[in-house]
Amino acid sequence: MKPAPFDYIRPDSVDEAIGVLGEYGDDARVIAGGQSLLPMLNMRLVRPEVLIDISRLDELKQLEKTGSGVRIGAGVTQGALAIWVGLEPDLPLIARALPNVGHFQTRNRGTVCGSICHADPSSELPLCLALLEGEVELRSDRGARRVPASDFQQGVLNTAREADELATNVVFPAASNGAAYAFDEFNHRHGDFAVVAVAARSEGARISLAVGGVADRPEVRHWTGLEGSAIDDALNDLAWELGGNDDIHATAQYRRQLVRHLGRKVIEETAR
Amino acid sequence: MPSVSMKVNGSEVSADVDARTLLVEYLRSDLGLTGTHVGCDTSQCGACVVHVDGKAVKSCTLLAVQAEGAEVTTIEGMAANGDLHPMQEAFREHHGLQCGFCTPGMIMAATDMVARHGKDLDEATIRRELEGNLCRCTGYHNIVKAIAAAAKAMG
Repeated sequence: MKPAPFDYIRPDSVDEAIGVLGEYGDDARVIAGGQSLLPMLNMRLVRPEVLIDISRLDELKQLEKTGSGVRIGAGVTQGALAIWVGLEPDLPLIARALPNVGHFQTRNRGTVCGSICHADPSSELPLCLALLEGEVELRSDRGARRVPASDFQQGVLNTAREADELATNVVFPAASNGAAYAFDEFNHRHGDFAVVAVAARSEGARISLAVGGVADRPEVRHWTGLEGSAIDDALNDLAWELGGNDDIHATAQYRRQLVRHLGRKVIEETAR
Repeated sequence: MPSVSMKVNGSEVSADVDARTLLVEYLRSDLGLTGTHVGCDTSQCGACVVHVDGKAVKSCTLLAVQAEGAEVTTIEGMAANGDLHPMQEAFREHHGLQCGFCTPGMIMAATDMVARHGKDLDEATIRRELEGNLCRCTGYHNIVKAIAAAAKAMG
């Protein structure tokens, strides 16, 4: 047996899931695809008393374009999003980022919401949510609320979700016609967590850049009318501002260089 | 203990299992299907890939109880009536293995690739999609050749 013992509960409805979550709070973990949680359970980095499996709840499997954007239920896998007909027209940034999320076998199980709730600072989907200024929908017995991406991810594996709240959906604003999007990342082996990941959006003279893997959460910056060497200066300032640490994957200095290099690359890509 | 029922390689099976039992543990220890291997336990190496409802997944990061009601296919379910599956035959023909530890996972991942891409599965796609399956012997070259050949044979 790899994980420590836990009780397994498979609720039949979202209401029931929320009830169980309200009862157990911090002692429970919610599992959907489990592609982040199971490795942590196997390594006993987390030892919940109760595992609440929401992966079979049809209520959480909707994937639809709404007035506010593309709304993705907590049961929707990354693989299902990858073959969704609206992906390229409505979420071109996600279309570029998704092939970098794990491997196709993990995308067959792993969910979009799960990756965002896991909140690894170098993950691709939280980075895209931050750049696109999406939202996370949370529900508990106390009610429902929508939290903007900039408030949701607060640090390493740490979000604004309270212990009794279930993340039921994430909402990505749909692409606007005049905007261009680009994504890139560096890692030692494709499919690993990124050492540094970047996503850019340009519309007219306005450039937005999100950087993952350096600070303890994705960081977004906006500039207007930036051209030529001013781009390099802005990226250099950003690289120093984000900090970043030495670890076994890269030095802080190397991470700064990746921010300058990959940042320039995606900004140029959106300008074409 | 929760009970779990599923169809493995065409046969209905059920058991009472500890909730923390991984699908790969259930397959290997309870059902004796030891063709599915465990390399890393953390979904990196791909030795444990099986098909759940027709899709390749890593059975070390799936609980047995999560596969309730599913149709599971392991490497043991690939050969039919004593004839190797075309993917197995291609690995044999092209010498796509040395020690064989990664091979069951490779075969299961590769058949999912062919199911999605068909006979036009090209080398670049094969190499990219093999990122979740590690081999420490072959250098991958013959594995890629085997998968491309099988894609044509199966297409």
